[in-house]
Amino acid sequence: MAEEYAIEVDNLKIQYRCLNKISIKRSFFKIKKSNVEIFEAIKGISFKVERGQILGIVGKNGSGKSTLLRALAGIFSPDEGTINVHDNSISLLSIGVGFQKNLTGRENIYLSGLLLGFSEEFIRTKIDEIIDFSELGKFIDRPVKTYSSGMYSKLSFSITAILETDIMLIDEVLSVGDAKFKKKSFKKMKQLIQKDDRTVIIVSHSSETLKSLCDTILWLHDGEIRMQGKAKEVLPAYEKFMA
Amino acid sequence: MYKKFIHDIKKYFNYAFVSAKSELKSEVANSHLSWLWWILDPLLFMLVYTFISIIVFKQKIQYFPIFVFIGLSCWQFFEKTVKQSVKIVSKNSHIVKKVYIPKYTLIFVKLMANGFKMLVSFSLVIILMLIYRVQLSFHIFYIFPLLLTLIVITFAVSSIMLHFGVYVEDLANVVNVFLRLVFYMSGIFYSIKGKLPEPYITVLLKCNPVALIIDDMRECMLYCNMPHRKLMLLWLVVGLVISAVGIRTIYKNENSYVKVI
Repeated sequence: MAEEYAIEVDNLKIQYRCLNKISIKRSFFKIKKSNVEIFEAIKGISFKVERGQILGIVGKNGSGKSTLLRALAGIFSPDEGTINVHDNSISLLSIGVGFQKNLTGRENIYLSGLLLGFSEEFIRTKIDEIIDFSELGKFIDRPVKTYSSGMYSKLSFSITAILETDIMLIDEVLSVGDAKFKKKSFKKMKQLIQKDDRTVIIVSHSSETLKSLCDTILWLHDGEIRMQGKAKEVLPAYEKFMA
Repeated sequence: MYKKFIHDIKKYFNYAFVSAKSELKSEVANSHLSWLWWILDPLLFMLVYTFISIIVFKQKIQYFPIFVFIGLSCWQFFEKTVKQSVKIVSKNSHIVKKVYIPKYTLIFVKLMANGFKMLVSFSLVIILMLIYRVQLSFHIFYIFPLLLTLIVITFAVSSIMLHFGVYVEDLANVVNVFLRLVFYMSGIFYSIKGKLPEPYITVLLKCNPVALIIDDMRECMLYCNMPHRKLMLLWLVVGLVISAVGIRTIYKNENSYVKVI
């Protein structure tokens, strides 16, 4: 059954073309065209993620983890290969999408939610929950520019955590706000992630986090899959490699 | 592409609307009088051009202040939207890098925000028309198709600018100079028909949609005349075709925009 898999990635390749910006001034003075350097961030990888699975992605800096997440979220299109998410709603959990600093927190919830593809009515039903979770109290009706950086990230975490999607992509968040909120957000995260039909992909450098959250781990190295399997098997090998 | 476009419009129109509203709101939030500038800006420029034209160049045009005001309102809508579109993707990089959004939605935001300002200054035109006791006719209803054409043309130009603005670093400088040139050629503060010798009238009016729209606006609002209906329809079609090309190019390339900025 095709429904078994939430995400199917087949021979995915993503390239960055360096020196892509041209300037009219420069192209007048330089007749010879500079060579376009192509950097391949993802070099043809394939994997499948089952519905309800929690997949962790590890790898050193620059191994293509964030690029992969962005491609899954639909921000990049693949240069080669395919990504199939089977009509699941998908969101990249990120901090403060589309905030307008002069507007109040409440208005920014709407703005951010609409941008993430939710309807206005849906946001209206969830807004109290978001405000409640963010612990902002009466600050919610003040402009976002008056917020401290902790309050800012609390609000944006709450938005993405409460407005849920079928597939969640998480890129190194899990640590916002003070110790108390951190604990709370981690708990919320865990609760969100462990819902049965939710598929989650987490990118993190912290083996601790991944060990406690993920079923399987994908190890990316220079744009290729180095290892893929149960957390117990892959993480020790990865730690040994990084040590 | 057509299906995708309809689907995306349904999905993101609401965002564009709320975002435009909040953009206007945050402009007002900055200083409480800034909405006054939406009125003062065209009003003061009108005074400047009226002074230059009437006192310095001794023009004699009936209802001259309103004449300038109509031109300025349309022109500022066009100019602002096109100018903002050049840098629109990199200005919104915080959004573009984090979620997928059809990039022309960003133009819609600007169209709506600038369109609202245009409405504000058009309501001033109406007030001025009442003060000057301009004689009205049913031809005034032609302003709606004229406005539609203006919006379509503006979107068409903006969508092309959005695409090239991503790749060409200094496009903004070139566009600024070019827009200035078009500004002087569009007859904002003089009448193309009354001031210039023949070949120029045809060339400037018929090949420059903004000039044509502004001229026809004045004809139907102030002087009870018909607009150039066939020519206007032609420009509307041209605008729609360019818009379609622009949307197509954006769809094809938008995923590589993120890699460039």
